[in-house]
Amino acid sequence: MTPRVSYPAGIRFENVEKRYGGLYALRRVSLDVAPGECVVLAGRNGSGKTTLLRIAARLVRPSGGNVSYSGSSGASGDEKPSDRVRPGFVAHATMVYDELSAEENLLLFARLQGVERPKERVAALLEEVSLTERRRSLVRTFSRGMRQRVAIARAILTQPSVLLLDEPVTGLDSQGIAWLAETLRGMRNAGCTLLMSLHGESEISALATRGIRLDAGSVVDDTSAGAAMSAVLAGAGE
Amino acid sequence: MSLLANTGVLLGKELKTEFRSRELLTTTIIFVIIVLVLFSFTFDPLSDEARRFGSGLLWLAFLFAASLMLQPCFLREQTNDTLSALRLSVSDPFAIFLAKLAANTLFLMVTELLLLPVFAVMYSVSVVGVLPWLVLVFFLGSLGVSIAGTALSSISAQARMRELLLPLLLLPMLTPILIASTEVTAALLDRSPYVLWKGIGFLVAFDIVFLTALWLFGEYLLEE
Repeated sequence: MTPRVSYPAGIRFENVEKRYGGLYALRRVSLDVAPGECVVLAGRNGSGKTTLLRIAARLVRPSGGNVSYSGSSGASGDEKPSDRVRPGFVAHATMVYDELSAEENLLLFARLQGVERPKERVAALLEEVSLTERRRSLVRTFSRGMRQRVAIARAILTQPSVLLLDEPVTGLDSQGIAWLAETLRGMRNAGCTLLMSLHGESEISALATRGIRLDAGSVVDDTSAGAAMSAVLAGAGE
Repeated sequence: MSLLANTGVLLGKELKTEFRSRELLTTTIIFVIIVLVLFSFTFDPLSDEARRFGSGLLWLAFLFAASLMLQPCFLREQTNDTLSALRLSVSDPFAIFLAKLAANTLFLMVTELLLLPVFAVMYSVSVVGVLPWLVLVFFLGSLGVSIAGTALSSISAQARMRELLLPLLLLPMLTPILIASTEVTAALLDRSPYVLWKGIGFLVAFDIVFLTALWLFGEYLLEE
């Protein structure tokens, strides 16, 4: 069972804009994602989902507006500073080194993030993603689905309080998708905030407590009602 | 996790990937040996000319080596967007630069120290008596080249004409350090060798100024 996250955190987007020259990727997006919420971002290609996630991960600086993390410790309710939250991020690219093995990749990122007993944590994660037997193989010899499993394992190494996922089912087979759904369910139940972009309905989208549809960089739908959310998610990849 | 601990972990990764593939060191060393051999045919290696021009040719060869080594330094991180993973993982982005410039300095030093005996033989120059000083100049020069080169490599890796951009930015910026390194090396290879303290002072100052600038502004160079 996944232990509860130490400080559940929410994300606040305030009038976030992103321009590339004259092109708007995001237009004054304001959102509040509460701690422990599971939010699915839907929308056509180029609607701004990836940009929003990369801004939330602090990888891209917004042209305007602000993104902040807020949270409180379960015990005392003390506010934690925004920079204390280090989100896990699964991107389009795998974000792992082809020239390192699965184990070396995970150990590298575990050590960089100061994970306690990194070898044990990495061994447990490799077991979880069914890559124990291939742990010493270079990632460049892996299939896309296996790489994606390493990518997801890297993102959840620290048991983050916020997990951002950009089309996380890319390359996964049905077994992989079922494993991911189970893992994300465990993390959501442990108090982790999930913000992810998806194309269409799947086992993963069934976890959502809220659906947001973006179009041309603006929020056009934001709902947590069952039927309306289904409509948002069904139209995700339109 | 502290800056130095992160740097150590990242340096280990840089060395592991390079020594596993050996793509940079092998090609660079072969290329630079060819350059030195070609230069040696242009004049009589027993003449004073060789001693006079030798240091310039040596640093020119090192510059070629640096251009080859620095280009893939950040380009490798683009392949799977691993730079983003590093930015999300380290507490201070300066650790990414420190690890890369330490690895680049080390690779350059290895290349230079392997080339030195080849140079000494081909240009009939005795380097034994001044070896510690030469190693110091190589270190200070290589460090300067690596600091400036690593910073520029991070910029050029995100540009469209990246292969063209790095040498274009690198050469003017490295001119002062190459002049100083060449002058100090020439003094050490003289018939009556001496230490050009002014040049060593300049190299130390260059390294400190550029390292401080990288520490202050490096974070902005990594942004998308």
